[in-house]
Amino acid sequence: MRHAYVSVEGIARRYPGATVFEDLWFGVNRGEFVCVVGHSGCGKTTVLNILAGLEAPSAGEVIVDGQAIEGPSLDRAVIFQGHALMPWMTAEQNVGFALSCRHRGWPRARLREAARAALVRVGLEQAAEKKPSQLSGGMKQRVGIARALAIEPKMLLMDEPFSALDALTRGVLQDEVARLVAEADQTAFMITHDVDEAILLADRILLMTNGPEARLAEIVVNTLPRPRQRATLHRMPGYHALRDHILEFLITRSRTLAGAPPAGWDPRRVPELRPADAPAALAAP
Amino acid sequence: MQTQVPFWRAALLSLALLALLLGGWEFAARSGGAVGGTAIDPEYAALVGAAAAQGGQTPMPMPSEIGARLWQLLRDPFYVRGTNDQGIGIQIAYSLGRVGIGFALAALVAIPLGFLIGMSPLLAAALNPFIQVLRPVSPLAWMPLALYTIKDSSISAVFVIFICSVWPMLLNTAFGVAGVRREWLNVARTLEAGRLKTALRVILPAAAPTILTGMRISIGIAWLVIVAAEMLVGGTGIGYWVWNQWNNLSLADIVIAILLIGVVGLLLDRLLGWVAGAVAWQE
Repeated sequence: MRHAYVSVEGIARRYPGATVFEDLWFGVNRGEFVCVVGHSGCGKTTVLNILAGLEAPSAGEVIVDGQAIEGPSLDRAVIFQGHALMPWMTAEQNVGFALSCRHRGWPRARLREAARAALVRVGLEQAAEKKPSQLSGGMKQRVGIARALAIEPKMLLMDEPFSALDALTRGVLQDEVARLVAEADQTAFMITHDVDEAILLADRILLMTNGPEARLAEIVVNTLPRPRQRATLHRMPGYHALRDHILEFLITRSRTLAGAPPAGWDPRRVPELRPADAPAALAAP
Repeated sequence: MQTQVPFWRAALLSLALLALLLGGWEFAARSGGAVGGTAIDPEYAALVGAAAAQGGQTPMPMPSEIGARLWQLLRDPFYVRGTNDQGIGIQIAYSLGRVGIGFALAALVAIPLGFLIGMSPLLAAALNPFIQVLRPVSPLAWMPLALYTIKDSSISAVFVIFICSVWPMLLNTAFGVAGVRREWLNVARTLEAGRLKTALRVILPAAAPTILTGMRISIGIAWLVIVAAEMLVGGTGIGYWVWNQWNNLSLADIVIAILLIGVVGLLLDRLLGWVAGAVAWQE
């Protein structure tokens, strides 16, 4: 964690009379994909907003590339849960708006060209002139992805980006994001409820206990080899052990571990587990 | 929901109602005019004029007379024969000019101020009492103050238009700006769009439909108020013209004025409705 690209150092979110989470420490390395899994109310979205610079933590700080976060930055692009496209702009204008913020001197024609190219990357060249209301949920989220990637951020932050989509579309977009992130060697941080999504995409999965006073209970290292494919993921050795471990955490341990930490708990040294490495015979009950 | 009726059926019914109304009017006016045949003292009639002696009542004009007069007025709407005798087109142009200037000034004040109020809860709370007290005041109540301070009747009328148009635009702009989705603002923040860029490219288009609704209400009120204001200040304008024709007892002209005021008001509303359609967005 010493040389992590992003270093989260003891952040907390407190409201009068309630602590959502406290003393949260973790790092994200360059080119790494980190997922956070936890139940609603554990402050996942707040963590992401703090990383984005949209909210300030009640305590602690986040160091990115050696500098404490002061506010939002073009270096950390956010893909929002609801696509958050501007409905009065076409798909191309939405991406172009982001590009015009990144490249302030660019003439209109160049912005258009770059926006088109970004839409081509997510397979939406034919929808460039359409307004979001004319696009399906999956296409809107694709535009959101294109907008985030177009500005070539150093880090991609995703807040349950696929949760509003139907299962089929979600699967297609997961593969797409996996491909785009791998292509760009993108550092990424994502919140999800979907265990398979986390296993497909993440290098490490952060497991948070239930709130209030949520904490980071475990870090699960995903040792399944890349490239991973949604279609074949469940046949990879170690997949079931990994999935069972995370599910068990979500179903029981997120609850039993909640509240006061055990004696000798060091929030800076959260246990790292590699359930996928365990022999399948041992992991299966 | 009502089922859609074909356009021609509604139009036909409209025309039939119009014909019925005008026909009934014409009939009533004709038969009413024939009744007034009471015995008059010829000396009295010679003294005050035949019409006044018949009971002092100017007969209500018939639609056919009004139609003939309308044709006469619209054939040469822009003539000028002295200060008190100018074409109806010129009068309407004066009124439109005052409404246009007052409305434009109100927009220049209300939209930026509404922006500030919408973005700052502090400013909204601080200005709210002033707005709530001043908004229900009839704009004509400002007229004496305006005449006293400005000392020019025509500018005072513009000021009254300004005052009455400013409130709906101010409140709607503030409401629209305050209601801009947090996620769009967050997008702008994460993109490090500056304040001006966020205001012009995110907040303004997001709030534009609400602002336009305010402008549409404003122009409607302004067009209502200008008639009354011009009756007070006199000189020019359709309101003055109405008052002048009342003093001349030319009721046909007043009916024509009502018709034209309605048509111009409709056109103003349609104009802003068209702009509202152009800036509308759909989720």
